Amino acid sequence: MLSFIGRNIIQKIVTLFFVSVISFLIIHLAPGKPTQVDPMNPRFTPELVEKFKKEFHLDKPLYKQYLIFYKDLLTGETVSWKDNQPVLEKIWERFLNSLPLFIVGTLLTWTLSFPVGIHSAIYRGGIYDRSATFFSYLLISIPGFFFAYILIAFVVTRLHVPVIGMETFGLGNRFWLNMVMDRLWHLLLPSILGATGGIAILSRYVRGQMLEVEGEDYVRTARAKGLPPEQVHYKHALRNALLPFVTMFGLILPGLIGGSVIIESIFSWPGMGRMAYEAILARDYPVILTVNFLSAALVLAGTFVSDILYLIVDPRIRL
Amino acid sequence: MNKIKNIPDAPLAPKVSRFTESCRLFKNNRLSILGFITFIIFFFIAVTGLFLTSGNNPVFDPARIRLHEKLRPPMSRPNPGTLKTSEIPPFGIYFMGTDELGRDLFARMLQGAWVSLTVGFVAVGISVIVGIFMGGIAGYFGQKHIRFDQIIITCILFSGGALLFMGARHSGVKLLIIGHACLFFFIIFKVVWRKKAMPGWIRILRKNAISIDTLIMRIVDIMLCFPGFFLILTVIALLPASIYNIMIVIGLTSWMGTTRFVRADFLSLREQDFVTAARALGVSNFRIIFRHMMPNAITPVLISATIGVATAILTEAGLSFLGFGVPPPHATWGNILSNGKNYIFDAPWLTFIPGTAILTVVLSFNLFGEGLREILNPKLRDRY
Repeated sequence: MLSFIGRNIIQKIVTLFFVSVISFLIIHLAPGKPTQVDPMNPRFTPELVEKFKKEFHLDKPLYKQYLIFYKDLLTGETVSWKDNQPVLEKIWERFLNSLPLFIVGTLLTWTLSFPVGIHSAIYRGGIYDRSATFFSYLLISIPGFFFAYILIAFVVTRLHVPVIGMETFGLGNRFWLNMVMDRLWHLLLPSILGATGGIAILSRYVRGQMLEVEGEDYVRTARAKGLPPEQVHYKHALRNALLPFVTMFGLILPGLIGGSVIIESIFSWPGMGRMAYEAILARDYPVILTVNFLSAALVLAGTFVSDILYLIVDPRIRL
Repeated sequence: MNKIKNIPDAPLAPKVSRFTESCRLFKNNRLSILGFITFIIFFFIAVTGLFLTSGNNPVFDPARIRLHEKLRPPMSRPNPGTLKTSEIPPFGIYFMGTDELGRDLFARMLQGAWVSLTVGFVAVGISVIVGIFMGGIAGYFGQKHIRFDQIIITCILFSGGALLFMGARHSGVKLLIIGHACLFFFIIFKVVWRKKAMPGWIRILRKNAISIDTLIMRIVDIMLCFPGFFLILTVIALLPASIYNIMIVIGLTSWMGTTRFVRADFLSLREQDFVTAARALGVSNFRIIFRHMMPNAITPVLISATIGVATAILTEAGLSFLGFGVPPPHATWGNILSNGKNYIFDAPWLTFIPGTAILTVVLSFNLFGEGLREILNPKLRDRY
């Protein structure tokens, strides 16, 4: 067990190292230079460009830049090229903005998809199952921004509630309940949008797992010996079908830092995704690389957690 | 021989081939039939759209600007007073209205259908080819090992090439020369030391470092670490805007699933008797992989490719929405939609027509793909 964990961690660190190298190379070998972002700006004289290059080590060879960048990152000293703010602080600030979206979205996904999936598996082929199937494909297939605009148009014209941004601007010192309601309204649409894809996919997956288990011999045995259907479904089948989902808890982790670029830009939500998008537009390499590095680290941490969970949950796996 | 024939009919399983059985199941799955039909219709629309909107004098001109006629609702008639005869759309009607520059939305949608189709298919084609190649190598040659000296030489040659490409001529050429020298050195030494014992340091270099399977699967792990859409967005934003870059980037960031499928299938297939028989007959590795093993492993790949096309179309639309999509002369459904969103209250058809079109096509691909998956998964068939 310990040796498994140790080997796993070493492997993950090596992977992370290669990810850092590759993302660094992708960014720095792509055509165009960060110094050319704003060539029309008259204040951007050649001397200034030189100074800029020197300041951010752009005149050094690539491997030195790599070492300097990751040394700065690991000691927490990286600064954004755009505004000289420490990158980690910036990300932390945006992360706190994205966090409510992530929490509400995840809660919606996990609480809604299980009942839907289990129900449609139990009544396979029925009208409920067929309509749930169709709707989940509909939700998977709809372009997120199109759906967002439909929802916005509906909410704004019918319910007359402002939904863009994190809160209504200039609300002032209203009663606290109003403020809370305002926040909730602004939170609702983006989190629903963030959750739709997840609900659709996860409920399909739950249904598939459940169906697979319902076809097993021990479920047939349970049914044959005359157990009530509830007991067969929820005690014999569901417990075994749940196994893969325990491990999926680990896979939620990467969502923490992703934040949806598209949804956050539609709703002018000052979260991680939008910051990353702005960084891409401004060629703010430190921010792009840090976001990339952190999300890769979270993906690896997530798979690690799910491996461990699998070990704990499934008694058939012994190392 | 005769004796066997004379045995009275033994109870045989009903003779149904896999294909007919699958067809029967497919017919029962109404949603996936619907998806399949929609896909066929979409394909024909895209092809006719290509013919009707391209060329010097297209029937439906997607680029014709009529500033007097902007934001006309669907099924409205053009105003003949302000237009020249060449500017009047065919049949004298705007089937889907006009956009903010007075361009015929119907013509633009026709043109966009072909672009969306090619983006989807080329991107998935690239990802399937890369995926099959990597998965095939990992599954078939997986047990072979790569030696330290091979890794070192490859690294030297690659970094030499990269330096040369970046413009550092001197160090690049030096590295390339060193790499080739090493290569030469090792080939010669292999011949020299065939009989004698090798010195210790060379023996260390010739140790097995890593198996090919591990190497490829680690590459897959690395690729899976990148946040998908964000990586695509970064690369597209840094590269010059072009439809080919989008296809290539989407393709090169989505091959990992295919690789895993193919590898898993190959690992079990390579132990089977027909592969051993083919190898005993002296069939070449290439032919074994592509003629004998691939047809047995292609089904899950095709299913995931069907769904991959849908994902690629959605990704392209998302990129267009953020302003990094296919650049302007081409109309795609994604960029029609992202232009149209500015007029969502004044001209809702500019948002809803392309949006619904994308939705329908992606939905049809997803339904068809999932239907196939369900049919071909024996565990999900009815058992009682």
